[in-house]
Amino acid sequence: MLLNQFLLLAAALFCIGVYGVLVRKNGMLVLMSIELILNSVNINLVAFGALTDDVGGEVFALFTIAVAAAEVGVGLAIVLLMYRNRRSIDLSEADLMKG
Amino acid sequence: MSSLLATALPLFIEGPSEVSSVTNDANWFLEHAWIIPLLPAVSFVLILFFGKRMPKKGAEFGIAAVGLAFVLAILTGVSWIDHRDNFDGPLAESPSTHADDGHHDEGHHDDAEHSDEEALGVAVIGPDGSSSSDDLVLTVDAEGEEGGEHAYVAVQKSTQWFQSGGIEFNAGILVDGLSVMMLFVVTLISLLVHIYSTDYVGGDRRYTHYFAFLSLFTASMLFFVLSDNILQMIVGWELVGVCSFALIGHWWEEKPNSDAALKAFLTNRVGDVGLLVGMITLFFAAGGGQTFDTLAINNAINQGVVSHTALVVAAAALMAAVMSKSGQFVLHTWLPDAMAGPTPVSALIHAATMVVAGIFMVARLYPVFFEGMSIGGSSINLLSTVGAVTLVFAGLLAFVQTDIKKVLAYSTVSQLGYMAMALGVGAWTAAVFHLFTHAFFKANLFLGSGSVAHAVHSFDMKKSMGGMKKFMPRTYVTFIIGSIALAGLPPLAGFWSKDEILVGTGGWGLFGGTGGNGAYTFHLLMGMVGAALTAAYMTRCVYLTFHGEYRGNDHAHDDAHDPHSVADPAHAGDSHDPHESGPRILWPLYILSGFAILVGFLNLPKGFQLVPESLQLRFEHFIEPAGASYFPAIAHGTPSWSLAVVSTAIAVLGIGGAYWYYFVKVDGLAKATGQHLTELPNGLVTTNKLARTAHKVLVEKYYLDHLYTGVIAGFTKGPLARATYWVNQNIIDGTVDTVGETSVKIGRGLYDKVDQGVIDGFVNGSGKVSDATGQELRHINTGRVQNYAALLFAGAAVLAGAFIVLLAL
Repeated sequence: MLLNQFLLLAAALFCIGVYGVLVRKNGMLVLMSIELILNSVNINLVAFGALTDDVGGEVFALFTIAVAAAEVGVGLAIVLLMYRNRRSIDLSEADLMKG
Repeated sequence: MSSLLATALPLFIEGPSEVSSVTNDANWFLEHAWIIPLLPAVSFVLILFFGKRMPKKGAEFGIAAVGLAFVLAILTGVSWIDHRDNFDGPLAESPSTHADDGHHDEGHHDDAEHSDEEALGVAVIGPDGSSSSDDLVLTVDAEGEEGGEHAYVAVQKSTQWFQSGGIEFNAGILVDGLSVMMLFVVTLISLLVHIYSTDYVGGDRRYTHYFAFLSLFTASMLFFVLSDNILQMIVGWELVGVCSFALIGHWWEEKPNSDAALKAFLTNRVGDVGLLVGMITLFFAAGGGQTFDTLAINNAINQGVVSHTALVVAAAALMAAVMSKSGQFVLHTWLPDAMAGPTPVSALIHAATMVVAGIFMVARLYPVFFEGMSIGGSSINLLSTVGAVTLVFAGLLAFVQTDIKKVLAYSTVSQLGYMAMALGVGAWTAAVFHLFTHAFFKANLFLGSGSVAHAVHSFDMKKSMGGMKKFMPRTYVTFIIGSIALAGLPPLAGFWSKDEILVGTGGWGLFGGTGGNGAYTFHLLMGMVGAALTAAYMTRCVYLTFHGEYRGNDHAHDDAHDPHSVADPAHAGDSHDPHESGPRILWPLYILSGFAILVGFLNLPKGFQLVPESLQLRFEHFIEPAGASYFPAIAHGTPSWSLAVVSTAIAVLGIGGAYWYYFVKVDGLAKATGQHLTELPNGLVTTNKLARTAHKVLVEKYYLDHLYTGVIAGFTKGPLARATYWVNQNIIDGTVDTVGETSVKIGRGLYDKVDQGVIDGFVNGSGKVSDATGQELRHINTGRVQNYAALLFAGAAVLAGAFIVLLAL
């Protein structure tokens, strides 16, 4: 069944994305990993949309892409400010909120 | 009047214009007798507010008001005499308790006519009469002998003061022979005392207040005698008490005077408790809990519908009031001390008016005592016995007094004992007649003693008087007249009234002079002994004051009782020879002496062979409500020549004994030795042990004062107070303290264990748990975003796993 391959792809992408988010220290790479997660979800949405013959899936995916764009804009702005303040974008050093 | 009666008696539906006994102009005075007490009351207010600015410092208000009241009283008396013999107008209903009397026909009231009087705070009857007003009807229950006469009809006018709980509180006047007689006596003596006082207390620092209180006193007494209900009687009774306090304590700068005032007041309060209890008992027992009306109460008792037990209680309680106000034995101690006040006050209050309030009250509520004490047909009862004991014991005390006013004070107590005894043996008229005559001669004697004291600046007979006959011949003559009247020698006033009392005891079995309400032989005997004592102590008093040598220059003056000690320091300590008083002092003495000679003839005994029958028993005819429904059927004793002769002989014996001792022995010895003597240096008292003891007991006034202040008050102040304190400290406070301490303990326990331990434990524990948890959990809070994300994903993964597992189930 074609759906399974899509879902497996999405799951693989998701896992890669999560791995990237959790272990990368570079802020840019974390942002990119987040994009991977979002895109894996998009794949899922489109796949289910195709399965159920419903256009809602593609519409939802487009929404996610738009939101991701906005999100990545904000994320990049934060990373840029980090860089300006600390001359580094290493996330492991940004632990001001340590309890 | 109740609608019920209005329908039963169409005569009264016409309205107030039909009020009976308003048939001619003369009776206007009977209906408007309330003006008489109002005048001095107004004068009291005027003196208080304007007295000091007047030329005579307020005395003119008092004299004018009392003078006018006196004129009105005479006119009222004349109207009454006419009314008594000729009244045949319509009669009102006999007062009875109206349970259904909730609706008075108020339509007849014209408030505009009342407003001015009510503004004074005095409830009065307007000229239109009042809805609840009523002259009283008496059932004509003639005793055969009075068959051809008019019935005795009293005049009552009352208005509703206020209503509460269906009970009417009325204010009104009751005019009958008794109150008319009292109006005359009070206004006359008050007027004379006012005139006398202008000279006697002239220049006193509180001259204006003195006159204000004289006015208030007169108003109170008049208000009291006109009362038509027992509530009003209580008010008048207390008012005379408070005025007496103010007047006795007139010179309060000196402690004995203010003490005497307090003593008079407090002793009277003791009896007033009895008064309240008695009146309350009457209200519920005889007034049916509905009415305070005196006549209604008397009627109910006469109809025999009141329980005898209740009447016994009421009579006994009222006896306490009579004993205090009228100075009967054991509660008489205030009266002699009350001589600390100015002499005119003594004459007015302690001889003629206030102290007879108790006697008047008994006379007014006579059925209560007649039934309660079982006067008819018994041979001994509380009232008569207290009176008999009083008259003898007080008479004995008069012998050892050196202060002339105290002699007269004890004499007053003794004469009041006569009156109480007469009422107690059923000789109502005799008692009232004695009240009447005694007022004149005792006021005369008091004012006479004041006249003497005015001249010598002291009341001490032994130290400052003697031989005054030479200096004050006019005062001497009036004093002698008063003394003879008091001693009871014919034909002066005292003889007739005292003899009537002795007749009234009904104890004289000799020669047919019996009758009366029972054989009160013991009381007759006491009356006889009292007569001898009276005659003897008055003789002693006359000797010490007017005869022998003047002793006033023997020594420096003792000014303790000086009438001018406060008023007029210029007089203190001068020792010129005394001189006769001025006209304002002498004229009242002349007038009262005239009365002392004449008033006895108003009530010549029945069957007296020397005068026509039309002149006999006039006083009794006009004063005694014989056959009236509000008066018990008392029997009259039959006078006899033998009793009159014996009582006169006894009085002469008393005078003779005292004369022999003082005028013969003491005077003779004094002349022989040239010393100023007041008693024999080697008399019985100095030689005989028993006589010495008796004398000591008399000097100590039977130790009653010691009993009151030492034993009763001392016990109260000492052991009783200490015991009470102990009980208070140990038992009552102990309980309170224990409760307090226990509470404190429980509180401490609660605080320590429950509050600190449990509740705060919870609070602190939750804080600690939060703290500890926070300490542990802060390790999660690394500050690294990725750790958080890892947790998030871990959580999400767990949830997803759980979701899958649940779905699989």
